[in-house]
Amino acid sequence: MTQWLRSIALWLLAPVAVAAASADVQPAGAPDTMAERVKACIVCHTTADKAGRDAYYPRIAGKPEGYLFNQLRNFRDGRRHYRPMKLLLENLPDAYLREMARHFSALELAFPPPEPLAIPPEEADLARTLILRGDPARDIPACTACHGADLMGTAPFIPGLLGLPRVYLLAQFGNWRNGGLMRGQAHDCMSEIAGRLAPRETDALAAWLAARPGTTARPADAAAALPAELARRCGSIVLQSAGPQ
Amino acid sequence: MKAIVLAAALAALLGIGLLRPPPGSGPDDAAAPVADAAAQRRHGAYLARAGNCMGCHTAHGGEPYAGGHVLETSIGTFITPNITPDPDTGIGEWSAEDFWQALHHGQGRDGRPLYPAFPYPDYTRVTRPDADALFAYLQSLAPVAQRNPPGRIRFPFNFRPLLHVWRALYFEPGTYVPDASRDEEWNRGAYLVQGLGHCNACHTTRNPLGISQGDVLGGGRLMESNWYAPSLTSLQEGGMSDWAIEDIARLLTTGMAPRAAATGPMAAVVSQSLQHLRPEDARAMAVYLRSLPETAPYSRGPAPGLTGDVDRLLRQGEDIYEAHCRECHGAAGQGMLNAYPALAGNRGVTLASPTNAIRSVLFGGYGPVTERQPRPYGMPPFAQHLRDEEIARVLSYIRNAWGNRGSLVTAAQVDRSRKGIH
Repeated sequence: MTQWLRSIALWLLAPVAVAAASADVQPAGAPDTMAERVKACIVCHTTADKAGRDAYYPRIAGKPEGYLFNQLRNFRDGRRHYRPMKLLLENLPDAYLREMARHFSALELAFPPPEPLAIPPEEADLARTLILRGDPARDIPACTACHGADLMGTAPFIPGLLGLPRVYLLAQFGNWRNGGLMRGQAHDCMSEIAGRLAPRETDALAAWLAARPGTTARPADAAAALPAELARRCGSIVLQSAGPQ
Repeated sequence: MKAIVLAAALAALLGIGLLRPPPGSGPDDAAAPVADAAAQRRHGAYLARAGNCMGCHTAHGGEPYAGGHVLETSIGTFITPNITPDPDTGIGEWSAEDFWQALHHGQGRDGRPLYPAFPYPDYTRVTRPDADALFAYLQSLAPVAQRNPPGRIRFPFNFRPLLHVWRALYFEPGTYVPDASRDEEWNRGAYLVQGLGHCNACHTTRNPLGISQGDVLGGGRLMESNWYAPSLTSLQEGGMSDWAIEDIARLLTTGMAPRAAATGPMAAVVSQSLQHLRPEDARAMAVYLRSLPETAPYSRGPAPGLTGDVDRLLRQGEDIYEAHCRECHGAAGQGMLNAYPALAGNRGVTLASPTNAIRSVLFGGYGPVTERQPRPYGMPPFAQHLRDEEIARVLSYIRNAWGNRGSLVTAAQVDRSRKGIH
């Protein structure tokens, strides 16, 4: 009888033993959250120390949802060129990209300390003038005209300019000027503007912007108030199917 | 001299090509009348998914089936054609007969042979009624006027008559012939795998001319890419003869199974095509794949002997694993259910060729998007954060931890992957 019970017990325990023998640790489920799903993004777009190799990656937390969604689609479809982003987003549908954009847009993260302002006062004055007043003689609008009085962006499509590394800002100016950032789209307002800025001016702007502390204030929701002139010039930022879904 | 020999050889081969009887006039070569045109179109829509026509005939962010997708191959670049029924830029002027000539015989509407970048060596297995249904479905799409640029095929392959040679040597038209010794389910699976599924288009070894050189479904590197399609007939790779049918079907339709995950191009195939299979078709494919006889197993590559040096290297790899991988893939490489694949016992990470594993660590990526999993989890790209030696060490560790055994990965291999990507 005992023998019999023991053999029954062995039978019942056998699968457990086999599982243990194959060094099985049963996998748990992953949290069903967007934060878990965008872990692939925050390896680069982190708020942690951005020194060294990570200096290039821009802050995306708190940027307008429409802007982030447009950029995700532009990367995926090859309109904005950056290979790692293209490979990461390959085959992801618009609906999912929009959720990712919404997630990061709603994310409130403290800003990293601004970079020290390492340019002479006259260069800083030059940057400040361009940012607040532009240069009407050369048809360069003030940065604040579109990117918001606090430079934190304008919902839904225009990005904030603060809290970004200087090297990233410089690279964007270079890309806009060389047409590498957005290819094949008409009315690239930033290409036009970057083309009119001298290298000395873009250097000053990047240094000045990177040295300004950001604010976690929400971007002004001024889409409707954006001047018609902007809509005409910046066709590329208002993509066809970018409206609410 | 060499050129003369080559020319003579080509002329001789051309002769072979030209001597072959012209295609056509087989028993399958007549369109069968259909009673219910709407049902035929629905059937065609299903088959188009099973064959993933859209995957190749759609550009990134482009109109479905309007072509323009860029296919890089060893003989040049192909741009896929528009197969919507637009009369000028698509196949609006085609007849069911023209379509059959293309799918079954690999011939264009003008009678010229097609390049096998269009996988007609597989599609030729498709029956005439299925081909007609596919055609009826494609003709029912909204026409898209989109003229795609021509491909850029390198000399001498752009000399189209050479295709006659290739066809004479390597192409045999013929619909699938059921194996009477097997049941209906197995035959259905074989029909889908060998035909519309065109699994062998990737899962075999090709020489630089694109000619299949290896065993059918024996695994091979994808042309002009850093992906390796594992052998489906080797238990050291993607062979499934020791899997449960349900797990195989699950891998096909969701991209996830207990010890495997579809990544890269296979994730795209799951998302674009296989997830839409009827359960009975997915099961039939699983039954067939499970039954594939094991071919001469490829070596996993020599696993390292545990010398002091190797041990030190694997420990360094373990440190990197703890810092960057453990949070998702687990302390025992067990992964997380339906999110992060297990690495312990995952043959995808111990393949003799570490290509896929390197590529996944370098560039990351998301799992397949399916109806059941519309928001898959993702693997971060580490190309910007880990040096070649670090990636080599962590992969060497993963390939030799928790019962895994695989060859060590070298920094040079990682470097080649970094540079070789397209």
